[in-house]
Amino acid sequence: MAEMDTSSSGGGHKKGPGVKKGKKMSTRVDLTPMVDLGFLLITFFIFTTTMSQPTAMKLFLPKDADKPDEQNKIKESGALTILLGGDNTVFYYEGELAPNGANFKSANYSNGDDGIRAVILRKKASTPEKDLMVVIKPSPQCTYKNVVDVLDEMSINVIKRYALVDISPVEEQLVEKSVAAAAAQSK
Amino acid sequence: MARPKLPRKSTNVDMTAMCDVAFLLLTFFILATKFKPPEAIEIITPKSVASKVAPTKDVVLVSVDRDGKVFFSVEDADIKKEIANEINTTKNLGIDVNAFVNAPFIGVPFSQLKSFLAMPEAERKANLLPGIPVDTTKGPNEMIDWMRYTVSAYQGKKMNLLLKGDNKAKYPSIEGVINAFKKTDQLKFEMVTNPEAVPTGSELWKLAQKGQRTEE
Repeated sequence: MAEMDTSSSGGGHKKGPGVKKGKKMSTRVDLTPMVDLGFLLITFFIFTTTMSQPTAMKLFLPKDADKPDEQNKIKESGALTILLGGDNTVFYYEGELAPNGANFKSANYSNGDDGIRAVILRKKASTPEKDLMVVIKPSPQCTYKNVVDVLDEMSINVIKRYALVDISPVEEQLVEKSVAAAAAQSK
Repeated sequence: MARPKLPRKSTNVDMTAMCDVAFLLLTFFILATKFKPPEAIEIITPKSVASKVAPTKDVVLVSVDRDGKVFFSVEDADIKKEIANEINTTKNLGIDVNAFVNAPFIGVPFSQLKSFLAMPEAERKANLLPGIPVDTTKGPNEMIDWMRYTVSAYQGKKMNLLLKGDNKAKYPSIEGVINAFKKTDQLKFEMVTNPEAVPTGSELWKLAQKGQRTEE
């Protein structure tokens, strides 16, 4: 094969025609495919890696007291009851539930002004710390996520005293009615 | 007038440095990867700001999947053996102790336990199993029995009670499990969650800024 001698060096000793010159191979390797492969593998490992280990939040349950006088008494003024309904709804009332349900209000899980966090913070600001008690009552329609979210709010807002309590039938009906009313309104 | 000759630059970039970086990152990710063991029970846990890493030793794990089915698993083989013996003596089920020890989780009522343990492991898929009954309106809460056996098997030893629930699990199943914990005086348990950042501006965030965040 005819080849042009492009090398400028070695002009001193020209060999005769027909004498092949030992071709100088470059030591540089094209690394582009290797980089491609490297990044492909990196992407694979990034997606398969579980960097974050699961964490655990502790929960202490109140002991079921059989006798009413053994039960923990809480001040009515410092109580905030949060009721969790289906479809990510959340309701609350302060103190004791009025028979006509007048103090039964609805909130949501957003960070806004009507979010449950704002409600908790308002209650926290308006009551002395030793009286404050948040009672969480999940209804049968709510999900585990809702429960954990609200328990998480307790640690986010640094509420010292809170409890997970079974919902009473009256409250359950009220929650169901409110959820149904909200669903009808949105249609 | 002669135009000044622009030096022709090569378009070849030296890839060595890039290659170095790529492989450095690759090594890091290979070493940092911990392959998840294939889980028979698929659970997506909710997020929380809790920063304590879930314990991995002496774990008694109660899982609730998205359909509200409850599964139970114990890590320790000795404890499992004791539980199996206890079940055999009190319930007269005649279950295979070795099969029980080898089973990674339990997800059937006591009445089906024997046939469950006879099943090949590949067939024990969470979505095909009925789960441990906890709904008291349909029958006894069998979780109470499981907890009772476990508590007595762990007598004198420390146990880490974990509750791992799916985002979509409805509350009644969770309530059934919590009631079983209460009935057996296990008033302290932990809920497995995924870590989440503390919202900026919240009270916990302020505490963390001051550097006095206490883990409870």
